[in-house]
Amino acid sequence: MTHSIRIGSGLGFYGDNWEPVVASIERGQVQFIASDHLAELTLAILQKDRQRDPALGYARDVVPMLLRLWPLMQPRGVRFVCNAGGLNPMGAAQAVQTALAAKGWHPRIAVVSGDDVLPLLQAPETQFDHLMNGADVNGVRERLVFGNAYLGAQPIVEALDHGADIVITGRVADAALFLGPLVHGLGWKLADAATPEDFNRLAQGLTVGHLLECSGQGSGGNFGSQGHWQNIPDLAHIGYPIAEVWQDGTAFITKAPDTGGLVNFDTVRQQLLYEVHNPHAYFSPDVVLDMGQIQLTDEGQHRVRLTGAQGRAPTDQMKVVAGFRDGFKAEITWGFSWPDAWDKVQAAEAMIRSQLQERKMPFDELFVEYPGLNSAHGPLAPLPPAAELNERAEIWVRMVLRTPVKEVADGFGRLFPWMALSGPAYTCGFQGLNNTSELLGIWPTLIPRDRVQARLEILEVQS
Amino acid sequence: MSKTLRIPLVRIAHARSGDKADWVDFGLFAWNEAGYRIIEREVTAAKVQAHFAPWLPGQVDAWPLPNILALKFVLHGALQGGGARNLRLDNLGKAMGAALLRMEIELSAEELAEAQKSPRRGWWPNGTPSTITS
Repeated sequence: MTHSIRIGSGLGFYGDNWEPVVASIERGQVQFIASDHLAELTLAILQKDRQRDPALGYARDVVPMLLRLWPLMQPRGVRFVCNAGGLNPMGAAQAVQTALAAKGWHPRIAVVSGDDVLPLLQAPETQFDHLMNGADVNGVRERLVFGNAYLGAQPIVEALDHGADIVITGRVADAALFLGPLVHGLGWKLADAATPEDFNRLAQGLTVGHLLECSGQGSGGNFGSQGHWQNIPDLAHIGYPIAEVWQDGTAFITKAPDTGGLVNFDTVRQQLLYEVHNPHAYFSPDVVLDMGQIQLTDEGQHRVRLTGAQGRAPTDQMKVVAGFRDGFKAEITWGFSWPDAWDKVQAAEAMIRSQLQERKMPFDELFVEYPGLNSAHGPLAPLPPAAELNERAEIWVRMVLRTPVKEVADGFGRLFPWMALSGPAYTCGFQGLNNTSELLGIWPTLIPRDRVQARLEILEVQS
Repeated sequence: MSKTLRIPLVRIAHARSGDKADWVDFGLFAWNEAGYRIIEREVTAAKVQAHFAPWLPGQVDAWPLPNILALKFVLHGALQGGGARNLRLDNLGKAMGAALLRMEIELSAEELAEAQKSPRRGWWPNGTPSTITS
């Protein structure tokens, strides 16, 4: 354990709050911040932006975020890694460079790309079976709108080795945003990893990344429980998790002093298993992690020791997530008050179903749920008897039409307004007159590693 | 022979759910070793599948992680094909961890008492009740 570095969590999703990162920079003694802007679905949102304007397609919050944070990072030598590049990493980097230059700030910015594999997926005759259900890609190939491989940490390590202050990537494995700085800062072997010790260190680093990639979810936020979350202090001023990682791989999860939230065995392990499938084979492009021997031990307040992650060599395949156009939805929400609220909702739904039929509007599904009653837990939250529901002060209904035809979706909200004067009485809060949106199906698949070539570019510093 | 009780999991465990494509995954956590012995016995893949079946009758995979007093579950086919095509308000299954905590298990009164009075493994701030009774 000769030396250690400290890395802090940035955002956990596009739209997250960057203010807690200030405490990590100012009094968390971090050398790096790594920020995850891309949930599985975010590329679908960015694709819609890019369709409107080819200069977009990146997570635009990175610009105001860095305008706030860079002047705090720069004097302390803190470096920043993020995947806000989305579908357009160069566009993101240029937007950041332009915005910071206008303030007189000129960091060295590196761009990692090469994750876009859509042309490969679109090429006829290629096999990209659905990773989870084995379906043939030919069923969706013509409707694919994006397809990105999860790159590993290597290009991030190289960017930092070249002195980049800010690294902006497209799709990389979320945890690679953190593993890259650890490999760079601690001198770990990555491309040339060979021994069990090499892979176990990488497994520790991957685990650190996994614990930090969801911002406050690693320090007491979103703590699912009954009667316990209330004992987590001051979530409004939560400190995002910080990892102190030693050269031998031993790591401590903590947070900046005088912040809210809670870092302990319970909050850290809720995040450890988050969005993990087989915990003995958590795949990444850099190492395959086995969590079966991990030990999490509280060492004082807000300090958890992490040891025991075991790693083995990655496979020769990389994960790809693609998206395909998958029809349209239109949705309305409407409130019905006492008396007879439940019966009135049922009558309204029946009238809509008959109108869809009479007007011969083609659709796949009319999905109905009752916010306040069953939208979170479906039939696992049993509905009270109709007589009791009819005595409720109000019942809300949400109806969502799924259809392959955009015009049908556009017309769905128009089925409702007549009921304001000619339907059941005492309603309020109708929303959804014009409320069509395109649905995207997700297509996870694998691609041979040698078909994916990561690219690293360093922008010329303008001054 | 002691009395057998039926309680919802929420009384002795905590949980978080997440999504990947069409699968929802759950981490289920006991507060201490006594609680872990109960959930490891009671919360099997078959029972979790039966719990969700009236709503989402997909396959369930399970892995025990005694090192962190936890069980891992994955429920297939839980999101109408995936978050960006799911029509539910909870299109990402964020609230489904609580749906797992609704599940009822059977245990003896002594087992419940032991799980409730045994200390937590984790450190909690001053002022936190010393037992998990809720």
